[in-house]
Amino acid sequence: MGVRVSRGTMMSVLQIHRSEKDILQSRAAEIQREIQQGERKIFSEVLDLSSGDLHGGGIKPITFVRQVLAACSYPALLEDQSLPSDVRQRAEDLLRECAGGSVGSYSESSGMAKVRECVCEFISRRDGGVSSSPDNIFISTGSQTALMKLLTVLIRPEHSCRTGVLVPEPGYATFRLALQAQQAAVIPYQLCEDQGWTLQIQELRRALQSATHICTPAAIYICNPGNPTGHVQSRTSIEEVIRFAAEEKLFILADEVYQDCVFADEADFVSYKKVLSEMESPISSTVELASFHSASKGFMGECGLRGGYVELVNVDPAVQRYIRTLFSTRSCPPVPGQIAIQLMVDPPKPGDPSFPAFTEEVQSIRDVVCRNVRLIQEVCRELPGVRCQPLKAGFFVYPRLQIPPKAIKWAKEHQMKADMLYCMRLLEEEGLHVRPGCEYGQAEDTYHIRLFVGTRADTMEAALRRLKTFHTRFLEDFS
Amino acid sequence: MQQKMSENGAIPRQGKVLTVDTMNANVKKVDYAVRGPIVQRAVQIEKELKEGVKKPFDEVIKANIGDAHAMGQRPITFFRQVMALCTYPQLLDDNKFPEDAKNRARRILQSCGGNSIGAYTTSQGIDCVRQDVAKYIERRDGGIPSDPDNIYLTTGASDGIVTILKLLTAGEGLTRTGVMISIPQYPLYSASIAELGAVQINYYLNEEKCWSLDISELQRSLQAARKHCNPRVLCIINPGNPTGQVQSRQCIEDVIQFAAKENLFLMADEVYQDNVYAKGCEFHSFKKVLFEMGPEYSKKVELASFHSTSKCYMGECGFRGGYMEVINMDADVKAQLTKLVSVRLCPPAPGQALMDLVVNPPQPGEPSHQTFMQERTAVLSALAEKAKLTEQILNTVPGISCNPVQGAMYSFPRITLPERAISEAKAKGQAPDMFYCMKLLEETGICLVPGSGFGQREGTYHFRMTILPPTDKLKLMLNKLKDFHQRFTQQYS
Repeated sequence: MGVRVSRGTMMSVLQIHRSEKDILQSRAAEIQREIQQGERKIFSEVLDLSSGDLHGGGIKPITFVRQVLAACSYPALLEDQSLPSDVRQRAEDLLRECAGGSVGSYSESSGMAKVRECVCEFISRRDGGVSSSPDNIFISTGSQTALMKLLTVLIRPEHSCRTGVLVPEPGYATFRLALQAQQAAVIPYQLCEDQGWTLQIQELRRALQSATHICTPAAIYICNPGNPTGHVQSRTSIEEVIRFAAEEKLFILADEVYQDCVFADEADFVSYKKVLSEMESPISSTVELASFHSASKGFMGECGLRGGYVELVNVDPAVQRYIRTLFSTRSCPPVPGQIAIQLMVDPPKPGDPSFPAFTEEVQSIRDVVCRNVRLIQEVCRELPGVRCQPLKAGFFVYPRLQIPPKAIKWAKEHQMKADMLYCMRLLEEEGLHVRPGCEYGQAEDTYHIRLFVGTRADTMEAALRRLKTFHTRFLEDFS
Repeated sequence: MQQKMSENGAIPRQGKVLTVDTMNANVKKVDYAVRGPIVQRAVQIEKELKEGVKKPFDEVIKANIGDAHAMGQRPITFFRQVMALCTYPQLLDDNKFPEDAKNRARRILQSCGGNSIGAYTTSQGIDCVRQDVAKYIERRDGGIPSDPDNIYLTTGASDGIVTILKLLTAGEGLTRTGVMISIPQYPLYSASIAELGAVQINYYLNEEKCWSLDISELQRSLQAARKHCNPRVLCIINPGNPTGQVQSRQCIEDVIQFAAKENLFLMADEVYQDNVYAKGCEFHSFKKVLFEMGPEYSKKVELASFHSTSKCYMGECGFRGGYMEVINMDADVKAQLTKLVSVRLCPPAPGQALMDLVVNPPQPGEPSHQTFMQERTAVLSALAEKAKLTEQILNTVPGISCNPVQGAMYSFPRITLPERAISEAKAKGQAPDMFYCMKLLEETGICLVPGSGFGQREGTYHFRMTILPPTDKLKLMLNKLKDFHQRFTQQYS
């Protein structure tokens, strides 16, 4: 394991190198500061399409959500007649679930009972009646925390042969970091770009085979809808993966945080749990599944509140008891985040005073996102050497770039990937911040960029103008 | 190792992937008594009461957990006003809110992406909050500089504590990191050490001397530990949990000298820094003492100190606000720390905002100052009164002996148990103080945490009880406990 044991050292497994994301993020912040200090730039601000943050992108929070949260934080507002009656009622109901009637109290470690019950009702509705139990729900500080707790239980650090987890490429970079921090082995499986980023079982088999003698695979991580790909898995594909997991004895980690971000009409999200429940015995009752959701995405976009949950399916009860204890050591998830989850799964209904405004706000967010996606795809079609897979869901567009050989060579000479070169120049010359495909893992000699779609319409228009200008110039410079 | 792949469409293997045999063995050693089996039973009893089951009491008193609001303590008005303004900025136009609250909210919102607390913050925490934390530390510590870059906002202090422990845990076998913790201790430490597979090194606090810390005991424990692990960390909770002792300045200096000499990373858990009640006791921050000891120590000793919004006079546990300040950390290690915290993306923004208010409360002259001071003083003086009351009443019970509750939120009295009770407990496979606490719960509805959950000297028994219930209820509770103890002693004599 190569551990240096001397003063001031620690675990060797985390790579110290600055990731592309870190480099771009700090340069973007630097440039923003230079602009604020009056240094002349062609652009008056950095446009940030790098991270999946709706509010950061200028989209407003949902009024109902914030009114309820405010009334919960400051119960004097329960007497405020200017707040709709359903807001005040909901806040009252939620405060009744808090010890001492305060959101400042600890809750149960797995989250307030009422929130878990509402989550179960949501899951059941979503899955056409498949039952869900509050005992299998753990509210967490964002879905990442729950994912990391599951990893803690799955990964056996004391074993000489590391535990392996199958991870998609392209895939969410922070998850790989989490695996490294937990001393797990990453077993990448390539998503098939030409087929619209589908998951191919042959590729899963190949990946698993490649892990022979290197590590002990224990789990497969899937992000559906995908990040950065936006791919929505078909029911058939999900079934195939479940069968594969059953055959190969893998625990399924199904990251479904983008389930509410589906905008293509023909792409229906179906949950892993639903598909599993409809398969034959013994698969339906033995394949272990953890499914994650969050209030950070969808129309809520409440990333900062850190509200997430995991539903455990078919997990051994004795193991689940240990998982419960693990959650208990951190006291409880943040109560504002728990409230956000409750509001997400139990929004205003027809007839409620807040329903019209709520519906309008959600619709307008969906509209702006759909419009943004359309605009990006148009631009991608216009620009030479840019190819975009049809986008079904999620928060990002992930076009492939044909980068001129001269640029590839230049990048290599300067120790960076060509898409990182593209992103760095885009940031410096046009003040547009996006992420390079090398962050997410990609096939050799392919290059991509990831653009966030959840920004205000005017931001997106300005960003795309800058992208067009830059792309043309970039191709010229390296022709 | 790699299992052979089955033929296509073949029957899947029997049994589960994740069983008690295939799971991470470390997780099986994790215990957290504060929310352990006794609390689970208390929750069950509450359900039974709701369903109308007859009991010798009509409510469960949860004196097991340091949750002030749950026991009826009111939140600080100013804090909740600012939180409401940050959450729903429309209220900035509402003249029912004072101007100073609005200014705080505006400042916080300006530092948030899209001016919303719903945006991700940087993983180290909102810049302006970290700056305010640094200023608070400087004010508190008589001007000793604090660099915002050394401040990490965290999800409660627990998050910071576990992160540092994770960072420092390395090695294998004889070189495995050893972590020195006080006995008794707050079981987050023992739980995290178990989870991380680090080595727990116990040093005993001196019950006879009001739970003080003896350097000779630190020395003994370190020497013994060196034989089987690599001791690298020394954890101190000051004011103490569960014991409530407030370390003297001399003691803190001695500990710093010890850490310097023995090359130990100091973790100073100071979440109860405003909870000091006893006359003659004063909170001295480890950082302040370290820097007042001069460059020989202040440039060398590695220190992480932790604070939280959950305790003191705020009691805002549910917001999960906290911070840690790291001093003299090796640059490479600090880079790793920054990377490690990025894995969980960011701490909850409401908790960060709340932390900002704790370190930047209303100042004299500001509209909210008077009310703020009144509320703060009321909470702290009530706690001081209850600390004294608890000590007094418990010491009137034959068989119970309680050290002065100098600070924090708990009493940790020693209880004498009759031999018969001890053997009956052991026959049941229960720790004797758990046996006692379970009986107490069943007969009186009072939920405490047995001393075995915190660690104690062999052959001694304790329980931890919070001083948080309102004074009248606290008196009632203490008297019920007194009656119970006498009954119990008689029953098993």
